[in-house]
Amino acid sequence: MKTLFDHASREGVGGLFPACDVPAVALHDVLGAGLVRARAPRIPNLSEGEVARHYTALSKLNYGVDDGIYPLGSCTMKYNPKLNEDVARLPGFAGVHPHADADLTQGALGLLHELSELLRAISGMAAVTLQPVAGAHGELLGMFLFKRVLEQRGEPSRTRILLPDSAHGTNPASAAMAGFSVTEIRSNDRGTVDLDALRAELDSTVAGIMLTVPNTLGIFEENILDVTRAVHDAGGLCYFDGANLNSFIGRARPGDMGADVFHFNLHKTLSTPHGGGGPGAGAVAVSAPLVDYLPVPWIVESSGAVRLDWDHPKSVGSVHSFYGNFLVAVRAYAYLLQLGDSGLREVSENAVLNANYLQERLKKTYPLPYDRLCKHEFVLSGESLPNHVSTLDVAKRLIDYGVHPPTIYFPLIVHEALMIEPTETEGLASLDRFAEILETIAREAQENPDLVRGAPMRAPVRRLDQTKAARNPVLSYPFDEQAPTT
Amino acid sequence: MAYPTTFRYTKEHEWVQIEGKQARIGITDHAQAELGDVVFVELPSVGAVVKKGGHLGTVESVKAVSDVFAPLSGKVVAVNVALESSPEMVNQAPHADGWIVSIEMSDPNEASDLLDAAAYQALIA
Amino acid sequence: MRYLSNAASDRDRMLNAIGRHDVEELFSDIPAEVLAKYEPIGLEPKSELEVFDAVRRLADGNPAAGLVSLLGGGIYDHYVPRVVAHILGRSEFYTAYTPYQPEISQGTLTAMFEFQTLVCELTGMEIANASMYDGATALAEAVLMADRIRGRGRIAMATNVLPQFRRVVATYAWAAGIELVEVPFDASGRCAWDRVPHDVSGVVVQSPNAFGVIESLAGRKAALGDTLLVVATYPLALGLLEPPGAFEADIVVGEGQSLGLPMGFGGPLLGLFATKMEFLRQLPGRIAGRTVDADGKPGFTMAAQTREQHIRRERATSNICTNSALCALAATVYLASVGADGLHQVAELCCAKAHYLADAVRKTKGMKLAFDAPFFNEFVVETKEPARAVQRRLADAGFLVEDPAELEAQGVRNALRLAVTEQRSRDELDRAVSALGGKR
Repeated sequence: MKTLFDHASREGVGGLFPACDVPAVALHDVLGAGLVRARAPRIPNLSEGEVARHYTALSKLNYGVDDGIYPLGSCTMKYNPKLNEDVARLPGFAGVHPHADADLTQGALGLLHELSELLRAISGMAAVTLQPVAGAHGELLGMFLFKRVLEQRGEPSRTRILLPDSAHGTNPASAAMAGFSVTEIRSNDRGTVDLDALRAELDSTVAGIMLTVPNTLGIFEENILDVTRAVHDAGGLCYFDGANLNSFIGRARPGDMGADVFHFNLHKTLSTPHGGGGPGAGAVAVSAPLVDYLPVPWIVESSGAVRLDWDHPKSVGSVHSFYGNFLVAVRAYAYLLQLGDSGLREVSENAVLNANYLQERLKKTYPLPYDRLCKHEFVLSGESLPNHVSTLDVAKRLIDYGVHPPTIYFPLIVHEALMIEPTETEGLASLDRFAEILETIAREAQENPDLVRGAPMRAPVRRLDQTKAARNPVLSYPFDEQAPTT
Repeated sequence: MAYPTTFRYTKEHEWVQIEGKQARIGITDHAQAELGDVVFVELPSVGAVVKKGGHLGTVESVKAVSDVFAPLSGKVVAVNVALESSPEMVNQAPHADGWIVSIEMSDPNEASDLLDAAAYQALIA
Repeated sequence: MRYLSNAASDRDRMLNAIGRHDVEELFSDIPAEVLAKYEPIGLEPKSELEVFDAVRRLADGNPAAGLVSLLGGGIYDHYVPRVVAHILGRSEFYTAYTPYQPEISQGTLTAMFEFQTLVCELTGMEIANASMYDGATALAEAVLMADRIRGRGRIAMATNVLPQFRRVVATYAWAAGIELVEVPFDASGRCAWDRVPHDVSGVVVQSPNAFGVIESLAGRKAALGDTLLVVATYPLALGLLEPPGAFEADIVVGEGQSLGLPMGFGGPLLGLFATKMEFLRQLPGRIAGRTVDADGKPGFTMAAQTREQHIRRERATSNICTNSALCALAATVYLASVGADGLHQVAELCCAKAHYLADAVRKTKGMKLAFDAPFFNEFVVETKEPARAVQRRLADAGFLVEDPAELEAQGVRNALRLAVTEQRSRDELDRAVSALGGKR
């Protein structure tokens, strides 16, 4: 791949910025000699056309939701409406400084307030903060809230967080960052929390539980009310990871299931784009007893005016520079306005129907370890593939057929896992095509395994040597390396 | 690969070679095969005091991290610094040049709890 | 609903294929009493036309966007070359996920690698990650990392670090059980190094700091010994300023908004995070590395993933997963567009214009600069009359200036912080001086 630094720098490009209309300053005089940069950063000077071509060329090596089905389990790669992109770029939003006075930013503050009210209604909980900017950031705030509540209750000895063995890796990492230790709770053979295993762990050292609802197998915890009741009875708190809200939005609310903290992924459920890894937004909803601890500033409305409210002495503090990812919130807000109540129901209906349809079709070809009604996603296994063909091989072969692979090797409780989430925005024809490709690959594994094991052949690069990348890390451009002679 | 009969083994897949008061420790051939290409070995500091079952280091492959537990209590007297630049030695010669640490045992009696080669091979069979 | 692709007949066929009669059966695993409690949120669906109108009205409700900004404090009104938005608008970039499948993510991965290189070049450091959420969380992670490395349970942080950074650091440190020791600033607005305690894992300073003042970092690392030097910085200023790496900083973080991101009412932002190669295994966040494919052709992939949450779980260096990838791409395209020459030029414009305004302030009766120290594009003015009255006068003249309360909370009374970017014209600055009460 040609990088920016492989382009020849030229002189006298300029033209972006005007000539200086004030007297020039002698840098050494105003800054002091030791503070002036001695060596310029090595960034080539290029024409705009060269820059545009370079990044357009890079974009063509990528695959996005606009290119085709993107069935990454747990990631909810649904279509990202164009309207959202355009409204987020309106100068009236993009050009607002976060320190501008509230009376000059009522539109922005009002939008944040309205969005939190909508999310509050969707969650059925007491209050919402939009400050966290990612799902894991929401989890972290949730763990901070647990810690603060337990401190205030005089129970700092509650230091353990219980986690099902199907949890996202971010859950244990978030708990640890808040100073909690993690105890894993095994799943039963139906793929849900084993209530006996849970009860055996519930004692006075338990701070709470983190649950993904539905879980990472795509299965709804039928005993969710028993789970949350048991934890509450033992003095613990319940955190719900909302990464999978897409499967029940508009029909059921975490607040009615016993959640104390629930995070939304606006970049999953509410259609804001993933941006190649971010930015996202991870709004957090809390139950009534936790409201006082929410991060500052709060965004409050009184008699028609919205303002920032810093006066909350019990608050955990702040987790972001300002008010979260505002321009992501704008997108989510526009999406909710379009959907309305009926749209929300259609989202979960189609997300679950699509997943169950694909599951039913594909389980004839790939083993389905937990064969039951699923929600928005399901997990197949590549374990039974012949000729030493692995799940990784299947994923890479999918690339040759021009579709993005599903999430692989997660959750850890399924061997050779293929975790598939079609989302509601795919249609029947797209699902059938995806299923056909997976069926073809299973046939190829039997008849022509080298084709699958050697995939991809048609991608911009073939399989990359991860071991080399790890043993000899090259993490920035090696300027001192000799240029290749080719 | 053969499992030397002069070594002792743990259920956590470490091997121990005892000479006098010193015990040299590494991970077994079985362990390295399960991990895949080793890309990094985290070594303890020389002089560190470890308890049996305690954390001695980690061995990393591209997508997995495996703890090395102390099979015996004692003080770390040497670490295999060659692994810093050549972690692949753990794959290539797990029972020889791929050793990880040497400790001076504080309680040589602890060694009686370890497995012999036959018992270890039965464990991984 | 127009974002769905299944026709009613498709849905019937699919239901039939899975042996169900009614779509509601698909939700039979949710407890009936939970389903029964559901209440609609009270929104009628709207057409795209109506939504565009409604949201645009909210955008029009922010007069701040149209006023002349002298606001700073970590977020600045810089010009963004038009090409940046066009590249970011390519859906191959913005609708992609994290590059877990490198073979069809070489665009994102190459850009990550370029971004890391650019951050290293700007900061003078050896390695940089692919981004954090914002400057504040990057600094909080730097504090956690410094204490992981040195393990003393204490971090010293200067009180002239931006308040939004200090707030977030305080929250993260409290949760991690790390004690924060405050280091005051001296009469010149700079960190009082003689007040830094010895038994800390790291010392946190910001340069330019919350008062716009450039810290003097020369020789500090040598004096600190193995205590880690953590520096928060303003990347655009590094077009002119000697980078923290030149002063042997151990960890450098920064808010990257100045590099091609809109102010966006404070988000999304871009956390920069750079350190020394020896600390790679303690680095939080994603990082791309160069390798070769099965044919020996160069390519990029995510590297050193064993540090991360999806592998190391509760022992990961951080829980971060989603980061600010698209903002990092914006910074990359920004820097590619301006080049080394343009970066120097824009930084010089900011610096010259800020000094022009500062010189006028110095000549204005009842006003003086609060600190006699070098600054880049931002400085603090001390006013004889109440600062709020001066702020109001500037506001009436169409200028955005920050509420003096924030500076007051930091111990600087009756003062206003003014920031100047390349977007301010001489005419605007002259008008600001008139409003301040001076003449030009």
